[in-house]
Amino acid sequence: MELTGAQALLECLHKEGVEIIFGYPGGVVLPLYDAMYVDKRIKHILVRHEQGAAHAADGYARATGKVGVCLATSGPGATNLTTGIANAHMDSIPMIAITGQVATPLLGRDSFQEADITGITLPISKHSFLVKRTEDLPRMVKEAFYIARSGRPGPVVIDIPKDVFTGKIKFSYPEKVDIPSYKPNLMGHPKQIALAAKAIAAARKPVMYVGGGAISANAAAEVKQLAEKCNIPVTMTLMGLGAFPGTHELSLGMLGMHGAAYANYAVTDSDLLIAVGARFDDRVTGHIAKFAPNAKIIHIDVDPAEIGKNVRADIPIVGDVKNVLKALIEKVGPKEKHADWVAQINEWKKKYPLSYKKEGLKPQFVIEQFYELTKDKEVIIVTEVGQNQMWSTQFYKYDQPRSWISSGGLGTMGFGLPAANGAQFGRPDAIVADFAGDGSIQMNIQELTTAVNNKLPIKIYVLDNCFLGMVRQWQELIYERHYSHTNLCNNPDLVKIAEAYGAAAKRVEKVEDVKAALEWSLTITDRPVLIDFMVAKEENVFPFVPPGQPINEMLLD
Amino acid sequence: MRHTISVIVENKPGVLSRVSGLFARRGFNIESLAVGVTEDPNISRMTIVAEGDERDLEQITKQLYKLIDTIKVFDLPKEIAVERELALIKVAANEKNRAEITQIVDIFRARIIDVAEDSMTIEMTGEEGKVEGIEKLLRKFGIKEMVRTGKIALQRGGAE
Repeated sequence: MELTGAQALLECLHKEGVEIIFGYPGGVVLPLYDAMYVDKRIKHILVRHEQGAAHAADGYARATGKVGVCLATSGPGATNLTTGIANAHMDSIPMIAITGQVATPLLGRDSFQEADITGITLPISKHSFLVKRTEDLPRMVKEAFYIARSGRPGPVVIDIPKDVFTGKIKFSYPEKVDIPSYKPNLMGHPKQIALAAKAIAAARKPVMYVGGGAISANAAAEVKQLAEKCNIPVTMTLMGLGAFPGTHELSLGMLGMHGAAYANYAVTDSDLLIAVGARFDDRVTGHIAKFAPNAKIIHIDVDPAEIGKNVRADIPIVGDVKNVLKALIEKVGPKEKHADWVAQINEWKKKYPLSYKKEGLKPQFVIEQFYELTKDKEVIIVTEVGQNQMWSTQFYKYDQPRSWISSGGLGTMGFGLPAANGAQFGRPDAIVADFAGDGSIQMNIQELTTAVNNKLPIKIYVLDNCFLGMVRQWQELIYERHYSHTNLCNNPDLVKIAEAYGAAAKRVEKVEDVKAALEWSLTITDRPVLIDFMVAKEENVFPFVPPGQPINEMLLD
Repeated sequence: MRHTISVIVENKPGVLSRVSGLFARRGFNIESLAVGVTEDPNISRMTIVAEGDERDLEQITKQLYKLIDTIKVFDLPKEIAVERELALIKVAANEKNRAEITQIVDIFRARIIDVAEDSMTIEMTGEEGKVEGIEKLLRKFGIKEMVRTGKIALQRGGAE
């Protein structure tokens, strides 16, 4: 059948199983929007800023495990996607960013709304395609989806000039992908797996350190099997939360800069660290030479470049985390139970629990209350970035993978609201809550319209301390209380703003009103709801490992 | 330590900027870079000379492999490689010194490829050291212009 490039693109997306795309129209993508006017098989969600489209696609991908797709026009439309693309790249989220481009004869002439988006996104995407001929479009789309979702996932940019949308081709979609230069290694080497099993058998103080790779490989069941079979305590990175049940007796919660003290002590004292789809990020390791100083390191990752990048692994295993863990579980025996070690950790847990002083309306209390109300339900917690994010790691327990969505590597303020929208589209039955700060929520507040127009019942809980809280905390602790430009006392009235957008909204100022307000928000199912919690202004996140310090040297309060 | 790295890539638009961008981004200085197609017109070969220790080399090799268009990356230590570089040197010349320049060219087994009233252009092919050697000797006559290709290298036959 003969199709225009625009029609062919929709056909390709349909063949890839895409159900929803998040986008914003503009000049050069008009042919595509015209094709969508006729072909409605793929739901298009109109956002209010392209950054919102990218984060929504990202949130959708994290919540469902599918590839998220966003769409923007050329020039400013495309550059507005870049923060979202970088965010997905840092967290290895499968995403396709489709951008319109000026027509091929105008390329390179500084044409109206021209930006070299494949050039701009080179260091922040897994790969990119500039489609110069309509006949190349189906193959490139096929390759783009394959690259985005295979190996270590990531965002792929497809830049499509206007005349490629209007050109005509005899459409056929390739059935197979063959990229000779791209063959991810998915099976771990049996010799390395045998070495790892031996190290596990010999260890007296093992710890599993689990990252986002375990979530993207859908390996939560295997993580649990290995931990339980060998009685190994498990700590998780920010990206790994939910890969192992937070309520499990072997869970140590999150480690690192704002990790639990017992997690940091356990890692520091361990004699075997089993890194599972994690990348030894500086927020995890602190002073890298003093990270897990006595431990032998097993490093399991699908990306060979992660091996040896930040720390030297004693037993590297390159492969898909799920495959490798399956093979490893076969090889390990339940002989060694490390009873002393687990007892020692339980003692630390008792001695150094995550806590806060319960006086006034504390942000931690709001999260704890929400956990009490929803722990038996299907919940997805999304966060913005900063203190709200860290408290959400500490005071909500994540028992399921993909129940926690947060901007890990890039630390993007303004991620939460659009990502919550994306997550709710992907999982309509889940309760999706965005824990936000009064700074972050204003960075993509326009996406409330997207939520209202689509009747998304997302919950936005603003932990409003009238500060850029995390930056203020650093100023307090490291910069002699010089609160330089972190006071947001001139915030607009967030309740009125939410109501103006058509959301339900309420302000809570007293601790005794928290529970009722949260319960009220859960009864609203036909539109978003925002609660502005006026929390203690100068509350800090503890534990806190000052930057560059070893992780066992933290400020506890 | 200096390394000569061969990078075999798909011959596609944008590949050069992907590779060179990667070196810049990861903090490796490229000393020289030479690119051309191979026996297979769909495949290009880049020869990159860069400074770094073993760990740097390992990391840059892995990062290069992560580029979708990269087919193969290998380090070419001097012992197992044949290396060549080509330089064109336009040197100021007059009747008096032309003979002396010609003599130097002969000793280095270089070639004179252009002669004008006030200059001679010399083609020098050889290992880096040789190129630098002739440049040093010619400098006193006044080098008007010079261009170097950067090193290219192949593994020696039988060393595979």
